[in-house]
Amino acid sequence: MTEPMPATLFSKIWDAHVVAQRGDGKFLVYMDRNMLDEVRAPHVFARIEQQGLRLRRPDLTFAVQDHSVATRPGRNDTTRPDSTDIIRATRQAAHTHGVRLFDLDDPEQGISHVVAPELGMVLPGATHACADSHAATVGALGALAFGCGSTELEHILTTQTMALARPATLRLTLHGRLDHGVTAKDVILHAIARLGVDGARGAVVELTGSAVAAIPVEGRFTLCNMCTEMGARSALSAPDDAVFQWLAGRRMAPRGAAWDQALARWRTLRSDDDAIFDTELDVDCAGLEPQVTWGTDPSQSIGISAPVPDIGTAPPGREAAWRRALDYMALTQGAPIAGMPINRAFIGSCTNARLTDLESAAAVLRGRKVAPQVHAIVVPGSMTVRREAEACGLDQVFKAAGFEWHESGCSMCAGGSGARANPGERIMSTSNRNFEGRQGRDVRTHLASPAMVAAAAIAGRIVDVRPMLEGRP
Amino acid sequence: MTQPFTIVTGIAAPLLLDDVNTDQITPAQASRSLHPDYAAAWFSRWRLDAQGNAVPDFVLNKPHYRDAAILVTGENFGCGSAREGAVWAMVARGIRCIVARSFADFYRANCIQNGVLPVVLAGDAMPRFETLVQDVAGRAPFTVDLQAQRVTGPGDQHFGFAIDAAERTLLLEGLDDIGLSLKHKTEIDRWERKTASEQPWLQAIPS
Ligand code: SF4
Repeated sequence: MTEPMPATLFSKIWDAHVVAQRGDGKFLVYMDRNMLDEVRAPHVFARIEQQGLRLRRPDLTFAVQDHSVATRPGRNDTTRPDSTDIIRATRQAAHTHGVRLFDLDDPEQGISHVVAPELGMVLPGATHACADSHAATVGALGALAFGCGSTELEHILTTQTMALARPATLRLTLHGRLDHGVTAKDVILHAIARLGVDGARGAVVELTGSAVAAIPVEGRFTLCNMCTEMGARSALSAPDDAVFQWLAGRRMAPRGAAWDQALARWRTLRSDDDAIFDTELDVDCAGLEPQVTWGTDPSQSIGISAPVPDIGTAPPGREAAWRRALDYMALTQGAPIAGMPINRAFIGSCTNARLTDLESAAAVLRGRKVAPQVHAIVVPGSMTVRREAEACGLDQVFKAAGFEWHESGCSMCAGGSGARANPGERIMSTSNRNFEGRQGRDVRTHLASPAMVAAAAIAGRIVDVRPMLEGRP
Repeated sequence: MTQPFTIVTGIAAPLLLDDVNTDQITPAQASRSLHPDYAAAWFSRWRLDAQGNAVPDFVLNKPHYRDAAILVTGENFGCGSAREGAVWAMVARGIRCIVARSFADFYRANCIQNGVLPVVLAGDAMPRFETLVQDVAGRAPFTVDLQAQRVTGPGDQHFGFAIDAAERTLLLEGLDDIGLSLKHKTEIDRWERKTASEQPWLQAIPS
């Protein structure tokens, strides 16, 4: 008997989900769970109706109101008048098509990429389609997730499959011991700085290595989430005991005998020893400092004690882009990044608004006050996270420090919920994109970890969080 | 069902920047309306100042590029959010073809879905093509022929490009993507039955 070919984690999941190969060469890949948000839903449902089609599996499809909802406590449909129509249209369409909606007042509402894993909706070895570029977040459970556009979503909802060419694979090994105060966010910002914003373009990235293993499950969501910023088609990491523990007992996860049966299968979900990847890359994270971005794409980041880089050190052909970025950010090459005064602090988004993120910020904030000139908000990734945080008193820590304690949604991440900064303001943000104008016209965004954002809120300027963590967990 | 793409002849406008992201093409705010005005949203942060006045220096505001049908740009075009509005805005503005040094994945896929042709020129022709586009400066049209896989500029200068055969057929014939997949309904049914028995947790969600 011949041995089976060694397979990657990706190909194990992919092969198990290929339903057919179409005449045009594309593979039809079955999607176990679909999710869509209110920015896409009204349009997509309307198109499906116009074509006289229907959803194949409304029971495996979920809708969420996250991108454009207000997050101030007491919000409702009309808090943001310009999103009222899409919120209501989404509610109506979800009802018509029999799709479970995480609506504004739902105790499980939140950002799709936070809600899907925390309910156990997405599982190891499962495929997941979400009409948003950060779908890969859930790959931290060992699931294979694909983002998509609206037209692709029509196809997914009506056929329960995606028509795809087989993507290339990339194994990214992150190794080195992480110092206290250095988190998943720092690791992934560092990796993106090393590999570039198109360093993983079109590939399915498998994250592995000692640094990944040492990062708690919730931090691995942060890693997978930001692989999108390297142009990855998807990202995932092999599920381990930490993942299984994290999932056990979640509302939509299998129970009893089904759990045991699933678990036995999930334990086979890892790349075989001799599996071949199209590309292998590795990044050393030993001795890494907390990171902060200085520019207008997520690859433009540095350690907190480093100076803003000289344009002369830009990768070939990138000088003009670097000059433009420095200009937009109003920074001087060669000057320290530490010490830049900030106007706002935002802890939120699908990157960094899970319970452990809030805990790490709270560890910095306990017994301290936000600088008077800083407007600081914390927006939990879901209402479930919010409840859990309240149960352990984190809301009190945030409020006592001077943070606004919001309901869940994307909020300031993309300026979509009306929570937007004013032109010229500088924000320390736990989100994933520091693009020009992302958080408002002429707004200057610095990406960093929740602990670093908390530290900056206290100091009123960008600072190294580590001295503030001395003697703290 | 997309509009078939055959030959497009029109002005080529150079936006020679790398990593132009979809927040720049259409800001997120545009997507909060039920019927967004994508033509107005198109590069609005760069076309218009905070008061809503046209920024005269912005290249796509120049009178000779205003009716461009072909956009010429740099590396990793369309990175960032997967929002399809960033392609619908091109369609709304009459852009039928984008010639870039490279495309971000989501954006490329969204282009194909909407009959917008994403072109990456063969070999190292791009610098020569960019120079030609800048020299011509909207005074004469370029022709994109998908059948021949060729872009032709004034003075009969030709630039070839490669494209995936399936995508080419889809663009040329305006094929019905969903219809193509629904031909495999039996296989989808069979997959679901098999999975329901082998991995029941994938096919049914505990309520
Ligand atoms: S939090 Fe930000 S990045 Fe995440 S889904 Fe919402 S808008 Fe997108």
